[in-house]
Parts: sequence; C-alpha cells; structure tokens
Amino acid sequence: MEIVFAFAIGIMAGSGIYLLLRPRTFQVIMGLSLLSYAVNLFIFGMGRLRTGAAPVIDMIRGDDPARYADPVPQALVLTAIVIGFAVTALLLVVLLAARGLAGTDHVDSREPERP
Amino acid sequence: MSQHLPFLPILLPFLTGVLLLFSAEARHGARALFALASTLAQLVTALTLLAGANGWITAPWPGEVGVYALGNWSAPFGIVLVVDRLATLMLSLTGILGLAALIYALARWERAGSHFLPLFQLLLMGLNGAFLTGDLFNLFVFFEVLLAASYGLALHGSGLPRVKAGLHYVVVNLVASLIFLIAAALIYGVTGTLNMAELALRVPQLDAEARVLFELGAWLLGLVFLVKAGAWPLNFWLPSAYAAAAAPVGAVFAILTKVGVYALLRFSILFGQDVAPLPFKGDWLFYCGLATIAVGTLGVLAAQKLDRLAGYLVITSAGTLLAAFGFTGTTLTGPALYYLASSVLGSGAFFMLIEMAERNRAAAADLLAISFEALGLQDRHESEHPDEGTGVAIPAAMAFLGLAFFSCAVILTGLPPFSGFVAKFALLKAAIAAPEASHGLHGSLLVAALLLSGLAGLLALSRLGVRVFWDSERPVPRLQWLEAGPVAGLVVLCMVLAFGAGPAMDYFEAAARSLHEPSSYINVVLPGGAPGKGAP
Repeated sequence: MEIVFAFAIGIMAGSGIYLLLRPRTFQVIMGLSLLSYAVNLFIFGMGRLRTGAAPVIDMIRGDDPARYADPVPQALVLTAIVIGFAVTALLLVVLLAARGLAGTDHVDSREPERP
Repeated sequence: MSQHLPFLPILLPFLTGVLLLFSAEARHGARALFALASTLAQLVTALTLLAGANGWITAPWPGEVGVYALGNWSAPFGIVLVVDRLATLMLSLTGILGLAALIYALARWERAGSHFLPLFQLLLMGLNGAFLTGDLFNLFVFFEVLLAASYGLALHGSGLPRVKAGLHYVVVNLVASLIFLIAAALIYGVTGTLNMAELALRVPQLDAEARVLFELGAWLLGLVFLVKAGAWPLNFWLPSAYAAAAAPVGAVFAILTKVGVYALLRFSILFGQDVAPLPFKGDWLFYCGLATIAVGTLGVLAAQKLDRLAGYLVITSAGTLLAAFGFTGTTLTGPALYYLASSVLGSGAFFMLIEMAERNRAAAADLLAISFEALGLQDRHESEHPDEGTGVAIPAAMAFLGLAFFSCAVILTGLPPFSGFVAKFALLKAAIAAPEASHGLHGSLLVAALLLSGLAGLLALSRLGVRVFWDSERPVPRLQWLEAGPVAGLVVLCMVLAFGAGPAMDYFEAAARSLHEPSSYINVVLPGGAPGKGAP
C-alpha cells in the first residue's frame, strides 16, 4: 500500500511541478491543482496509513486509541482542501481577467518574441 | 468579560467584514463609519493588550504572557491564542497602520472597485490572527486568510499592470502555501503535535531518524517564512506587486513582509538556538539578511519610479531585520524591534505619500518618458483615478508633500532627527558592542551593510525627490484632508517614537528579554509540562 501511495504522490507532484513551470496560465493552474492533490495525500499519509480504522470513536470498538486512525491529519486535509479550492477559484478569476486585459494567456501577459 | 479580550482582534474584523459584505455598496457613509469604528476598536483593543502585557494596567491574565484557550479547550488539545509583548506590539502596529490606510482609502480609493472594505477587514483579521496564534496549523489558516484578502486587495482598481503583477503574486504565494502544508504535515508526522509550545518541548527528544525528517520539515517552514518576508532570492515578485497595488493597499502590505519575519523570530526562539534546525539558526539567517540588504540596495539605486523604490525599501528593511535577528547573541533583538516599528510606520506613510505626489504625473511632462518606453514599463496613471479633480485642494499642498516626503526619506534612511536614526543608531551600537573575538566579522559586515544601504536610500530618494518636487512644469496636485491626515499622523507617530525613544526602547528591550526566555511562554501554555511523550 505504501509504495502505491508514494508513487501516486510522486507522480502527481512531478506532473504538477512540470505544469507549474510552463508558460501558459491554464497549465499553471492545472499544475497547482495537481500539486495540491499531492500535498493533500501527503498530509493524509502523515497520519500513518491504516486500513479498517475510522477516526471517529464508536461504542463497539471501545476507547483504545490504537484501534482508531489519527483524526488530526484528516481534519487538516479537510481544511487544506477547502482553502485550496477557494484560492484556486480565485486564481481562475485572475487568470480570466489577465486573458481579457492582455489578450494572451502567457503568464507574463505578453508573447515572447520569436527569433 | 475582560478575559475574552485577546480574542477581540480576530472577532471584530471578522464580524465587520462579513456584515459589510452583506450591506449595499451604495451606502458609502454608513459603511465607512462602520469600518472606521471597527478598526478604531481594534486599535484600542490592541493598545489595551499592549498595556496589559507590560503591566501598565491590570491584565486579564496573571503574569507576563496571557493564554486564551479557544472554546475553553486547553493546550495541547485545543488551539490557543498567546498574548505576549511581541504579539501585542505587532497587533498595535497593524491597528495603527490599518486605521491610517483605511482613512486614506475612504477619500477615493475605496470606490475604485468593489468590496474594498470587507477585504480590508479580513486582511486585518488574518494579520491579527497570525500574530496571536499559538498553533502551527492555525498559523497556516490565518496566513491563508490574510493572503486571500491580499489577493483581492492587490487587484483592487484592476488594470493590466495590477492583474499581471497580481497573477505572479498569487501563484508564488500559492506555491508557498503548499510548501507550508507539507512542512506542517511533516512536523506533525514526526512530533505528533502542532502546538508551538509543545513542539518546543518535543523537538529535543526526537531520535536521530525522526530528527532528519523534522529538519526537512523545518527547512520547508523556514523557506515559506523567507518567501513571505521577501528575503533574497525569494523576493522577485515583491517590487512589482507592491508597486502595482493601490496606495492604501501598498501601505498595509508594508506590514505583510513583517509577518514572515515575525514567524521566523518566534520559531527560532521557541526551537532554542542550540537545537534549532538550520533555516532558523543565526549564521544562516544573518547571511541571508545581508544578501537581501544588498539586493534591496541595488534595487533602490536602480529604481526609476517612486513606487518601485518603495518596494525595494521594504526589501531592504526586511533584510536588515533578518540580519539583526540572525546576529549572534540576543543584544540586537530589542533595537531590531524598534527598527521594525519605525520602518513599518515610515514605509506605510511613504506608500500613501508617493501616490499623492505622483498624482499629476500623467499631466506633467515626464523627463524620463523615453527611458520608460525603452525599458518596456507602462504608465499606469491613465485609468486609475475615478474622480480626478473632485478633491478639495488643501492650501500649500506642495509644501505639505515636500515636508512629508523629506520626513519619510529621513525615517527610512535612518538620518536624524526621526525614529529611523534612533533605530539604526541602536542597531549599530549593539553590533559594535558585540564581543570582538567571536563576532568581529559579523559586526563589521552588519555596520557596513546598514550604512551603505542608508546612503543608497538617501541618494535614490533625493534623486527622485528632486525630479518630483522641483519640476516647475507640474501642476500642483489636489489633496483632501482625509488623505493628508493619515500620512501626517504616521510621520508624527515616528516623531513621538523618536522623542520618546527612552521609554519606547525600554519596552522593546523588555519584549526581547521575555522573548528570549521561551520557558516562560511554554510554561504558561502548558502549565503541567507536556502530557504525552514521544511520536505516535
């Protein structure tokens, strides 16, 4: 499980960084989204990977903390997802404004001169 | 009731911002009064907390450091707000600068776009929260609150230069936020806590393997704070974003870089100088600060326009602070805090001042128009002023602007008689007095950097000042009292800070002393020591 998880994070982060360094604003926003997925998975993984363990205490399982997953990283992931979502939406508006005002989707708002 | 005082600086702007969001934009007068009253209340709260932390009035908490447990869940299970001298100092600076910028914005900038007032209040909420919180992840949340508000404010007034600079600003800060998340997750994964006081207790107990992971997390955390502080080489976004922002926004942005500096200082002391991971350790921070000063100084000399010059002056002051905090020993912290206060007030006034002084630029013949074109810079003063010419001209506008410009220049470069001089003098004195044998090189490097950056600032400011103020072709700009007032107020505050340098310096020294005893902070947050031990 760990190796699959690690590969998932690695591939998403790698693709995200590649897209982030591209010159088009849409590629940048896609890169940021992929990176934030990778980061969210990473935070989740920091609570240690477990199967069949819920982060919520229930009556049947009893009160032994070893039977439950760490709830803190899951709460952190929720917060991070919400914040990341909102800020990406905001960036999308800025991106559209830049496209409308500059007439190009280059990140520097002007096309590089071709030799 | 009074025990809830530490929470007010977060609650007040939040409620105000939300309520303003739901009121009709057309009711300018009522909205302005409401925002003004709320900001004033925040300033009064901050000053009350400041007085309480220093024991001038009876504080609602025992001892020097106050802890407010949100929802009455005590640390380390709940999130706490911690009130100490440094936090209240930053809160008061935010309040003062926020009030000045708000009054300035009400004159005309508020109407240049929508939702200025709610965004402004949310920015204040983020700033206040970041200074008060005692929890690493909560710090991230408040960073995001203030950044999200600052994205909106940086774009306030729209126009291509703003959107272009804003796009870079948003992307850089988004990447920094993602790195912050990785750092927080790594640190939690290794230590099992996010509470800053408990972190300080757990870090020395880590075994070698966990220690490596922790250092990695701390590196990333330091990287994020350095991006926010505008340290070289992570500050290329800063000058254009600050220059493109509307004037009152630029003024509050003057304190935004100080949030990064504040966080670096807080963590480096909590982690303890001996076991602190690298980015928080003295030497490293010192040379980083020196490089930042050098880049800021070069930028100041190269700047062709006043607004970019102001951005580079902010970088120089951030570099000075980093170098001073990184300087070995604790003697420089007090003077550095004094410098921080003086530079925040001075650069806030400067951002507002240059907008007033350059208001007539488009009408006047510009001597440098040709070189601007050659450099590909665009004149951004065409579409910007929605109601040009409606202001009531105040008498002797040019004399006021000149005087204020001179005062700001003197404050920012550190010449007598204003607070900048006292700050630089105290820094130099402490740097020279440091023990020669061990830190002689650092001392002379810092002295050289401070003096040279001051000289460069003076050269650049007088060069641009001559061009702006002694150009007889320019029409006299029309000012409103609402715009002149905040600038004059900030300059007068700097004067007060200079003439009351004795008591003020005592306060900053006391703040530095209590800061360098992290045990008092830790003991108040966790009265019984850390309950659990070791990593999960």
